Amino acid sequence: MDFVALRLSLELAGVTVLLLLPAALLTARFLAWRRFRGKSLLEAALAVPLVLPPTVVGYYLLVGMGSGSWLGSWVERFTGQSLVFSFSGLVVASLIVNIPFAVQPMQRAFEAIPDDVRDAAACCGMGFWRTLLTVELPLAWPGVVTAFVLTFAHTLGEFGVVLMVGGSIPGETQTIAIAIYDRVQAFDYAAAGQMSLLLLVFSLLVLALAGGWGRRIGRRDALPRL
Amino acid sequence: MRCPGSDFRLSVTLAQPVPIAAELACGGGELLALVGPSGSGKSTLLRMVAGLVNPSQGRIECGSLCWFDSTRGLHLSPQQRRVGFVPQHYGLFPHMTALGNVMAGLHALPAREREARARHWLARVHLPGLEQRRPAELSGGEQQRVALARALVREPSILLLDEPFSAVDQVTRQTLYLELAELKQELGIPVILVTHDLDEALLLADHMTLLSSGRSLQSGRPHAVLAEPASAEAARLLGMRNLVPGTLLRHDATSASSWIRAGSVELAAALAPDLEPGTAIVWMVPHAAVCLAAVPPPAPGGHADSLRVSIRSLLPLGDSVRISAEIPGLETLLRLQASPEEVARLHLEPGREAWVEYARAKVRLLRA
Repeated sequence: MDFVALRLSLELAGVTVLLLLPAALLTARFLAWRRFRGKSLLEAALAVPLVLPPTVVGYYLLVGMGSGSWLGSWVERFTGQSLVFSFSGLVVASLIVNIPFAVQPMQRAFEAIPDDVRDAAACCGMGFWRTLLTVELPLAWPGVVTAFVLTFAHTLGEFGVVLMVGGSIPGETQTIAIAIYDRVQAFDYAAAGQMSLLLLVFSLLVLALAGGWGRRIGRRDALPRL
Repeated sequence: MRCPGSDFRLSVTLAQPVPIAAELACGGGELLALVGPSGSGKSTLLRMVAGLVNPSQGRIECGSLCWFDSTRGLHLSPQQRRVGFVPQHYGLFPHMTALGNVMAGLHALPAREREARARHWLARVHLPGLEQRRPAELSGGEQQRVALARALVREPSILLLDEPFSAVDQVTRQTLYLELAELKQELGIPVILVTHDLDEALLLADHMTLLSSGRSLQSGRPHAVLAEPASAEAARLLGMRNLVPGTLLRHDATSASSWIRAGSVELAAALAPDLEPGTAIVWMVPHAAVCLAAVPPPAPGGHADSLRVSIRSLLPLGDSVRISAEIPGLETLLRLQASPEEVARLHLEPGREAWVEYARAKVRLLRA
């Protein structure tokens, strides 16, 4: 068992969730209720990582964040560090790749909140933040949990993009998914098997817990029948 | 009780998504009913009053405050307007208890005062003992009361009700009507009720505005509007069934009559001197001004005029029979109503001839 890779994966997933979820939440809320020109295009752009092969996404990120790029050279000038083949680069890549996993469940959850409820909140004198925190978030909570679980689990299991952008530097960019690949390449099937089993059990457990919790909240906060 | 200075006035237009051009007015302690078919813009207009939709142009005033003025670029948000709003499906917060829902409108107050006030209003709308229930555990009528308590707990300047009785059963509805009538008197604020139910408006409203395709067609006391529709469109919306389109022929001041031609038939109506001969009009005969006869009246041209009709169909409905009758030379069918005994006495059957007598003085001419 490669605990260094496991810790790195957990750190990457934690940082991704922490940074991505608040921004995704506001984006999801915006997309759920606003109508504007080009909305379909924006939604499609945010969903692209779902359908593109991870190597393609990884290639563009590698080119976009490399020292020859505007972003890469800017980051290098200010931090003295390269974005590619570093943990920071992995975080940026992970944030971008996980956008649809974070945004879509929350967007669907916000869309399910009836207009009447939001109208009533406004007429109760509630401002943006109060409505978000006391009405919208509790009602969209199953969507937030799903977004959290999907983003966290997907980051743990991400392979192609991480390999393209981060390479496989132990302790820096070698996540557990890449460590498994490395172990298989070295014919160390026992270690690969242990780590795979850990990921499998973890994923199953988290998904089952999140699903059960979401259903319980959904039943408790069911919309009244008229 | 009427609060001076609590009058409400609105004059707005909206281009998208529903074209609206409406004027409304409602005094303190009065109830204004917005009546119209689905899609007539009633709810959009109510949402404009609440500040949830912005008009393209116009002005909205409540009491001494101006809430919206397009010429000054003034637009107060719903949070700034102090509006009590009961949406069509009540908009209760499903994750909060009944008490929590009512307290949600009082977030600016200390917790103890919030709870005391919320409990007072829940008791005021006859919901004591149900404070800890969630909306899904309440009946439709109870949900409506929670929504009403939540709307009133903030002591609003105006109360807006969007079809609040549509989701409750008939028995509960009758109780809620009485409670609303009492509440309206006690509150002294303008109340605007959106409904498509004319009977509801007649029962509850002091004033009524008839809306169609976003335009206010007619405003006034509900019974006055019903008795005197201002246009053919208003008459149709008010459920008038016997409307015959035609052209005004002439006025006859001596018999206090105006004559129209509809198809090949000439029909008489009460004198309408403000209409020019040649104008396209609609001949409207109220249900109470017609009766059926088996034989022609003995003295034609008397106080009642008569028409020979052919019975098209008879449909028993409840304790009466709905009759469709065709006037020869006219495409429009007359819709009549009679008791089963009357139908039997007059030997009315599909295909048979009969006579319809109408009181000329009660027939009105409306611009088409």
